[in-house]
Amino acid sequence: MSPSPQPNGSVMQAGVRQVRALGRWLIELIMGLGAFARLFAQILARSGVVLRRPRLTAQQIHFIGNHSLLIIGVSGLFVGFVLGLQGYYTLNRYGSEEALGLLVTLSLTRELGPVVTALLFAGRAGTSLTAEIGLMKAGEQLAAMEVMAVDPIRRVLTPRFWGGVIAMPILAAVFSMVGVLGGWFVGVILIGIDPGAFWSQMQSGVDVVDDVLNGVIKSVVFGAVVTLIALYQGWTTRATPEGVSRATTRTVVDGALAVLGLDFLMTALMFAQ
Amino acid sequence: MATSTPSPLVLFDGVSLGYGDFTVLREISLRVLPGQVVALMGGSGSGKTTLLRAVTGQLVPQKGTVRVFDQDMARLQGETLRQVRQRMGVLFQAGALFTDLNVFENVAFPLREHTCISEHQIFERVLDKLQAVGLRQAAHLRISEISGGMARRVALARAIVLEPELLLFDEPFAGLDPISLGITAQLIRTLTSQLGCASILITHDVVESFAIADQVYLIGQGRFVANGQPADLQASDDPYVQQFLQGRPDGPIGFHYPDTPAFERWLAGKGRP
Repeated sequence: MSPSPQPNGSVMQAGVRQVRALGRWLIELIMGLGAFARLFAQILARSGVVLRRPRLTAQQIHFIGNHSLLIIGVSGLFVGFVLGLQGYYTLNRYGSEEALGLLVTLSLTRELGPVVTALLFAGRAGTSLTAEIGLMKAGEQLAAMEVMAVDPIRRVLTPRFWGGVIAMPILAAVFSMVGVLGGWFVGVILIGIDPGAFWSQMQSGVDVVDDVLNGVIKSVVFGAVVTLIALYQGWTTRATPEGVSRATTRTVVDGALAVLGLDFLMTALMFAQ
Repeated sequence: MATSTPSPLVLFDGVSLGYGDFTVLREISLRVLPGQVVALMGGSGSGKTTLLRAVTGQLVPQKGTVRVFDQDMARLQGETLRQVRQRMGVLFQAGALFTDLNVFENVAFPLREHTCISEHQIFERVLDKLQAVGLRQAAHLRISEISGGMARRVALARAIVLEPELLLFDEPFAGLDPISLGITAQLIRTLTSQLGCASILITHDVVESFAIADQVYLIGQGRFVANGQPADLQASDDPYVQQFLQGRPDGPIGFHYPDTPAFERWLAGKGRP
C-alpha cells in the first residue's frame, strides 16, 4: 500500500506522516522495553555480588532508605490524620465509628502504604539514583570503571537495585505504622473514640496473609520497578545536563505510572477470588 | 608467560580508526616495548584520544589489527578482555575519579575490586602511592574538595596502584602548575623504570614529553607525520615537525577542522552546495 500521487496528495501525505510517527513511537517503545528487560536480566545475572560483598548493598539501603525516612514518616502521619478524619465522617453516619481503627489499618496496609510510599520513593530516592548514575556517566566514571576491568552493572547498578528492593517494603511498613498512629491520634485523642474498640477491631479484622502480606508483596514489586526505572533512566541518559534533567523527570513520570498501573493489576489479582 | 626477548606490549599494524563513516586516523603502525616511554603528540582534535581508546579496546579499528600483550583487542570479550585491562593503568583526561568516594577510597578501588589483600596492606599501598604523587596528606579529602591538578594526581595514583605492565596517560600535563608538571613528568619516567612497564603518553606538551620520552610519534592530518627519538625529531627539517615543535601558526598543519561527509550532508540539508 505505497502512497500514490493523488489530487488530494497533501492530505494523504499528512496521513502517512502520522502513521509513520505512530509507527516510530511504537518501535521506540518496544525497543525501550526490550532494553529495560535486558538491563533487568543483566542485573539479576550479577546479583551474586549482593551475597559476596554485602557491604555494597548495605550502603545503598542506608543511602536510599535512611534519606527517604523523614519524608515517608511525615507523609504517613498526615495521611493517617486525614484517614482518621474522613473515616470518622463516614463511619459516624452508620454509628460504627469504633471500626475506625480497622478502616485506617486496612486502607494503609492494602493500598495507601505501598502506593503512596512508592510514589514518594520515586520522587525522593528514584530521582537521586537517576541523577547519580547519569552524572557518573557524564563524568566518564562508568567508562573509567570499564577500562579498569570493573563491570559497572555489577559494581554500581546491582547493589543499588537490591538496596531499593529491600528498602522499599521497610519504608512502606514505616509509612503504614506511622499512619495508624496518626489515625489513632485523630480518632482516639482528638475525637474521643474508645481506645479499646479502636485497637481490638483492628486486631480481629486485619488478616495477616490477605491484608498485610499482600501489601508487602505490592511494596516489594513497586520497589523493584521504581528502582529499575530509575537505574535504567540514569544508565541510558545522554551525558549532558539536559539529558540528566530529562532522565530524572522520566523517572518520576514513568515510575508513578508504573506504580499506579501495577497496583490496579495486582489488586485485581489478589482480591478477586 | 615471561619471555627473554622483549616482544612489543602494544603493536598497531596498518590501523584505521574512526567513528561511523568518519575515519580519524589511517595507516597507523606503532610498537611499544617494555620499559619505553612513548609520546603520541599532535594538536587538539588530531585523534590522540581515539588512539588511546583503541589500546583499551573501547574502540574497534575499522582496518588493521591492534595487539596488546600479544592479544588481538578486536577479538577479546568478557573475561579475557577484563584480564587484559587489569594489566593496564589508564589516566583519563579529566581524571574520572569516583565522586562518591574520597581520595583514599578512589586509589584503593582497583585493589578492592581485583585483589584479596588485607585492609592493612591496602592502607599501606594506597598511602605509598599517594606519597609518590605528593598527596599523602590529602587521603581523607572528598573529590569535591580537591583542585583539578590534584584530581589528576589522584587519578595517577589510582592508575599505578595495581602496578600495571602498561600505563596509558591521556593528557597528563594539562592543567598542572609548572612545579607539578615537572614532577609528574619525572614521576612517569621513574615509575616506568621502577615497574618495568611501558608508558604511552598522549600530550601536546613538547618540552616535558621530549625530556622523558624514548620515542615520539607525531600525529597530523589523520596519520603519523613523523616518529623517532626526541633528538632526531628536533634535528628534523620536516616542515611539519618544525611547525609543531616551534608552535608556529603557519605551516603544513592546518588550523581548520577537516571536511567530513556528515558536514556535507548537514550543508546540503541547509540548501547550500
